[in-house]
Amino acid sequence: MIPAKFDYSRASSADDALAQLAEYGDEAKLLAGGHSLLPLMKLRLATPARLVDIGRLSELSYVRDGGDHLAIGALTRHRTLETDPLVRSHVAVLAHVAGQVGDPQVRHRGTIGGSISHGDAASDLPAAVLALGGTFVVRGPEGQREIPASEFHRGFLETALAPDELLTEIRVPKSSGATWSFQKFNRRAQDWAIVGVVAVRNGSTAIGLVNMGSVPLRATAVEAALADGASATDAAELAGEGTEPSSDLNASSEFRRHLARVLVRRALEEVGA
Amino acid sequence: MTTVETNEEAPPEAASGQGSGSRILGTRRLRREDPALLSGEARFVDDLQIPGALHVAFVRSPNAHAAIRSVDLKEALAYPGVVAAYSGADLRDAWAGGLPCAWPVTADMKAPLHLPLAVEQVAYVGDAVAVVVARSAYEAVDASAAVVVEYDPLPAVIDLEAARSDAELVHPSLGTNVSYVWELIPDPDAVAQAFASATHVVSERYVQQRLIPAAMEPRGVCVVPEVFGGGLTVYSATQIPHILRTMLAVTTGVPEASLRVVAPSVGGGFGSKLNVYAEELVCVALARKLGRPVRWTEERMEAAQATIQGRGQIQNIELAADAEGKLLAVRVELLADMGAYLQLVTPGIPLLGAFLYHGVYDVGAYSFRCTSVFTTKTPTDAYRGAGRPEATYAIERAMDALARKVGVAPEEIRRRNYIAPDKFPYPSPAGLVFDSGNYEPTLDRALQIANVDEVRAEQSSRRAVGATRHLGVGISTYVEMCGLAPSRVLASLNYVAGGWEAATVRVLPTAKVQVVTGTSPHGQGHETSWSMIVADRLQIQPEDVEVLHSDTSISPFGLDTYGSRSLAVGGTAIALATDLVIDKARKIAAHQLEAAEADLVYEGGSFAVRGSPDRAMAFAAVAFEAFTAHNLPEGTEPLLQASVNWDPPNFTFPFGTHIAVVEVDEETGFVRLVSYAAVDDCGNQVNPLIVEGQVHGGIAQGIAQALWEDAVYDEAGNLLTSTFADYLVPSAAEFPSFDLDHTVTPSPTNVLGVKGVGEAGTIGSAPAVINAIVDALSHLGITDIDMPASPERVWSLVRAARSASGSGKETTAQEARP
Repeated sequence: MIPAKFDYSRASSADDALAQLAEYGDEAKLLAGGHSLLPLMKLRLATPARLVDIGRLSELSYVRDGGDHLAIGALTRHRTLETDPLVRSHVAVLAHVAGQVGDPQVRHRGTIGGSISHGDAASDLPAAVLALGGTFVVRGPEGQREIPASEFHRGFLETALAPDELLTEIRVPKSSGATWSFQKFNRRAQDWAIVGVVAVRNGSTAIGLVNMGSVPLRATAVEAALADGASATDAAELAGEGTEPSSDLNASSEFRRHLARVLVRRALEEVGA
Repeated sequence: MTTVETNEEAPPEAASGQGSGSRILGTRRLRREDPALLSGEARFVDDLQIPGALHVAFVRSPNAHAAIRSVDLKEALAYPGVVAAYSGADLRDAWAGGLPCAWPVTADMKAPLHLPLAVEQVAYVGDAVAVVVARSAYEAVDASAAVVVEYDPLPAVIDLEAARSDAELVHPSLGTNVSYVWELIPDPDAVAQAFASATHVVSERYVQQRLIPAAMEPRGVCVVPEVFGGGLTVYSATQIPHILRTMLAVTTGVPEASLRVVAPSVGGGFGSKLNVYAEELVCVALARKLGRPVRWTEERMEAAQATIQGRGQIQNIELAADAEGKLLAVRVELLADMGAYLQLVTPGIPLLGAFLYHGVYDVGAYSFRCTSVFTTKTPTDAYRGAGRPEATYAIERAMDALARKVGVAPEEIRRRNYIAPDKFPYPSPAGLVFDSGNYEPTLDRALQIANVDEVRAEQSSRRAVGATRHLGVGISTYVEMCGLAPSRVLASLNYVAGGWEAATVRVLPTAKVQVVTGTSPHGQGHETSWSMIVADRLQIQPEDVEVLHSDTSISPFGLDTYGSRSLAVGGTAIALATDLVIDKARKIAAHQLEAAEADLVYEGGSFAVRGSPDRAMAFAAVAFEAFTAHNLPEGTEPLLQASVNWDPPNFTFPFGTHIAVVEVDEETGFVRLVSYAAVDDCGNQVNPLIVEGQVHGGIAQGIAQALWEDAVYDEAGNLLTSTFADYLVPSAAEFPSFDLDHTVTPSPTNVLGVKGVGEAGTIGSAPAVINAIVDALSHLGITDIDMPASPERVWSLVRAARSASGSGKETTAQEARP
């Protein structure tokens, strides 16, 4: 529970953070809320030589109205997301999902950007942004680029972010008229989802799956079946397709697939699909 | 000083500290301990500022079972900040023997040598093999990773049945994995006869999974050597400073008088700090060797692996009953997991339950046998309830099975078998005498609080419409033996120590009172409760009573805190010592007032001559007279001070009924606790607020075993649940608010009329929850589920039951195990 030795520096701005990443290369890790990274370091599963602390960069903590979308600064805390009036009125599902992450301590420290760039498929927010069709704004030495959520997560704890890049903003389309559902199944309130399902119905229905593979997934077979007019019950039966859930102490992969079918059905019933 | 060795049975009538005139006992007072704890001001071992202290890190075995081929410290010694490093062989001469086991339950019990640092062989993952000493904890931990230990792996012994077969031996030198077989079969013929004549026989097998105690504060120890004279002060996060001092003297050879043991603020123990640990011995040895303070604070993963674990039993219980379901006999066969070594009271834990497998029921014949085996896992030992939750679980689950056989409701089978209130004191078939009890009112009240009739109506209507969320009601009525304990009874069980407790009450010149207790609180609120006992009797304010404890230089004698003993034994000692102080004060007041002692009444904190209220002397004035000693009665010593060493005549036997209402989601296997009612009876209550706190925490801890907690080992002996991400300790978010009530049946065994309550909630709750889950799924033919009732377990069970439906077959947990 004592991390290996590391150096620490605090970034004074997003530009400074990028400069430090350029200087230290892949020996450095960005520290935001620390609620994913620090436990790994205490277990010595992660041993970065340097932490660049961006946790206090207020320039990256904001929620702005971008017209057809909301622009959310990467360092926006879960608790802010949960309570922000813009998020609550335009993307209520995101506010709700943020309110289900971990426990109050995690929600007051953890950030949306940290959760997404950590790339854990068991986290709730990546699957929610995926279902919402969000976009990530990334800055690096070459300037700024945008990555669709569907192309961001590449594998287990692996993302499209280069070691010298910084996720600065999350853009989420407004979906004020949408119906939505978040089905989080876990054994204790504070835990990661054993399986989670985010469904958003806004004309068509999009479904994000939490912890059903090495990356956050869309339940594409279910979505396609719904588009073809299948009933919620029939469509939900396809929720396990294209998933590769792991087996662990909480659930076998077979049980996870079963849960996905049940939770997708419940989500579809809730959104009225 | 007046010292009274007392071992007389106190008159039950005196039991009412809560009679007329009492203003303090029985009131809800906030705990005086809490401001320091809540503000962070309280000092735990790791908070102590010890200049120049060196930090210790342990190198632990990653193998469950292996021979140690070599230990190479060279590289570690070259690390920055490292002062010393030692292998087990290097320190072999630092201790006279192995770690102590104070409970050799049978004369032929097998006990392996348990060295603080292993020398030849490791026997569980986490067994310490070497130690690194450095200037800082960080440097010590970094360097410990550089110690190279070569192992020759040996087969792990994980499964209890396999261990009993002796196919692979944990300790080859013992020749067997069986540590002992202990029997309590007062009348074998009566048992055989009962089963032969029974109409109904229930035969059940239950598994008590291992649990990790997970105290909020992990263990820690800091040993400070005196520069001159060879004395050592040992600060330890322990429940047992007194026992630890004696055991350290015995195992390290340091004269007991040269050892001072201090338990500063201790953040919970649940029995896990009722032990003498390798790390304590190692730190003593290192402080002596290096002549400098040495300290160690346990990491959370170490706490999972190297602090004792609880439970770990396979229980076979059989009930014999007549046609109406009246119990004729109970027969129990236990297979208990000792783990790799015998810690302080490891072998005795099953015995603490051995007397209680008939529960609250009047049973003619009784048979108990326990076989204990070594495995290559962390040693087991006392964990909240220690033996009694296991016993209660088995009998309360089996009673529900009997109810199903007889075809009556679970409350009805219990009513037919409760020990009747007029049978107390009740000589139990296992050979104890239950002090007092009245069980049925707790059932009546719990049924009422839990709205059981309404819940059952709702249960039926849901079943009628084929709902997938099933309601269930689970009942458990428990009795436990606590207040450890009469020394003579402990002697009969081969326990090495006694069960008395020491107290001193002394009045300072300004009439402030100091109480010295041999109990050692680590979350129980003794300072609050003990001050209330003294203040109530002396008719002063609790704020004027200071309670001193947990430092052997302040409180030289005591047997510490565990087994729900502190109030019934330690609190009683304090009450008796206070009464001696009052007696002496009365004598002095009578002398000064020129009245006969018998003519004085003590009221409102003042001695007054009966019938002449203006001839009075306040307690404070008496205290000052006792201090100046200017005018004391002939032959009376100065000062108001009394000490009592109280050895109780019996255990106390608290009881109660708990009812859980659960909702089981058939589709996901999720069990939601809908409500929880508990009606407990711990005799008179000193501070109901503290009682409720104990009950709340206890219930949560018992339900945790039913639904979440499980120390899982793989086949190679690796603990898979060594972090809180995998070992599921529940939080407040997982529970509904508990609905509590109580009845009061005072204990006749002590002047306060009190019983213990620290473990009651844990003892009553697990069977209530599992019985509720089985009840919820009973219409599917399900009769059993293993703990913890995880979603996948429940789902698998339901799936198996659904696929078997039509065949009319019962589905047991064994058949449905994923």
